[in-house]
Amino acid sequence: MIAQIHQSLIKKEFSALELCQKYLERIKKFDQKIKSFLTLSEDLAISQAKKIDEMISQGREIPILAGIPCAIKDIILIEGLKCTAGSKILENYVAPYDATVIKRLKENGAVILGKTNLDEFAMGSSTENSAFFKTKNPLDLKRVPGGSSGGSAAAVAADLCAFALGSDTGGSVRQPASFCGIVGLKPTYGAVSRYGLIAFASSLDQIGPMTKTVEDCEIVFDVIKGKDEMDSTSIELPITNYQSPINELKIGVPKEYFVEGIDLEVEKLIKEAIKEYEKRGVEIQEISLPHTRYALPTYYIIATSEASANLARYDGIKYGMSNVKSQISNLLDVYLNTRGGGFGPEVKRRIMLGTFSLSAGYYEAYYKRAQKVRQKIFEDFEKAFKDVDAIFTPVSPTPAFKLGEKIDDPLKMYLSDVFTVSASLAGLPAISITCGKTKNLPVGLQIIGKPFSEKLIFEIAKIYDTK
Amino acid sequence: MISKDEVKHIVKLARLSLSEKEIEKMQKELSAILDYVEKLKEVDISNVEPFSMKLKNIFRKDSAQSQKPMAKSQKLIEMAPQKKENYIKVKSVLK
Repeated sequence: MIAQIHQSLIKKEFSALELCQKYLERIKKFDQKIKSFLTLSEDLAISQAKKIDEMISQGREIPILAGIPCAIKDIILIEGLKCTAGSKILENYVAPYDATVIKRLKENGAVILGKTNLDEFAMGSSTENSAFFKTKNPLDLKRVPGGSSGGSAAAVAADLCAFALGSDTGGSVRQPASFCGIVGLKPTYGAVSRYGLIAFASSLDQIGPMTKTVEDCEIVFDVIKGKDEMDSTSIELPITNYQSPINELKIGVPKEYFVEGIDLEVEKLIKEAIKEYEKRGVEIQEISLPHTRYALPTYYIIATSEASANLARYDGIKYGMSNVKSQISNLLDVYLNTRGGGFGPEVKRRIMLGTFSLSAGYYEAYYKRAQKVRQKIFEDFEKAFKDVDAIFTPVSPTPAFKLGEKIDDPLKMYLSDVFTVSASLAGLPAISITCGKTKNLPVGLQIIGKPFSEKLIFEIAKIYDTK
Repeated sequence: MISKDEVKHIVKLARLSLSEKEIEKMQKELSAILDYVEKLKEVDISNVEPFSMKLKNIFRKDSAQSQKPMAKSQKLIEMAPQKKENYIKVKSVLK
């Protein structure tokens, strides 16, 4: 889709400005119902589009993303625009600089339409934890778009942008992509710079593309990936173009993913997709990832521990919401009042769980134990990848659920990430592609690869995408 | 089951403030989550090293990264809710 728009722009079938205005019109018409955007950046978008049109009229070569309208999850900084992270505590925070991914998008001429809704600080699986409003699934307005990158997923699915960026800590790109019937990639840890991404859990967070097609996903990934000196965990990818025939591919299907609480229709569709691959000559092999059932509890200890440390920065002193100007007389009360009033229930819950897991007397039994189990999960994958090139699993045990269905039961909500957290804990790349529908709701197939095997993942995904 | 006093202790460590009602709810929810993570105790972790990213140290010169470092820091100080001259102002720590 991006490549087609690119061709049309070059051939002057329409201008970048016309395209940008078309998308802005669509947002104004349809987003009242879907509510995927928190902020629109019309001025920025129009000035970027005009710049591209000027380049085209001068006959200059333009990058493939030039003039392509996109949306950005509101946890990634864009200089001069509000960045709320879906939280009251950052309601009026204006980003002082561009995230590295934004710098790269801008350099490549992408047209940024606005910032999309999310669960507060990316903590959630339905976008219902946003402090501002709930986003609806464009395919069924009574249902959630998934989360935490629900606004980005809904905007792509409803054609309110050509592509979007999300962030994924335990499944926050893949699960909403699955719920909204689009493509979402969580890159290998270190593949994309996190500079300018508001931190949730630093050993897990990655920014990823959310797109209409696998080809688009690859185009966006190629622009945002790579080493950045502002994020010392980012590395130049040793990614090579994958050139191996389908019939030499061997893909593993872990038996542990087809037991606990999976919707029967989802299981059926995933198995049919796997059969489809088999028909095309891919060798399928049952494998075992024995520590799968421990991934979710491990994730919730590690992610919340890191979050409790990362979110300590919201203290009412440096930026964001603050009670410092009230009649409070001491520093501690500024902290307590600002944080008590500024964070929503899920964020408080996770800060509490993380603080508990790191506290004296519990550190060994919780945080340290979880880090050891994380190592076991990592070794499961290491062992499996000696035999297979990639792994197929479902993205989520169910299709999109109803608004309000799980919001009162945190544990039930956490279970929608049960199939995505393992790849996050092991730092592996994983993509979600739609493999079918049940009662008109899309179901996502997850393809997990070895570290930095994004190119292979794209090739495998394309086999199905072009079906 | 985590006790109410423990919850209050964690609230203090986390620098949060919760109402009595919130504390009660938190006690129930944290207990349920902690029960769920209990199953990590089934895993044999003897002789297992904690997971690490196997990252290498990366260094840079200790010098200003931008050409106008003052302009950048000025921008950041401007964001503080209370400031005095070029400093961020805080409430007194000691009486």
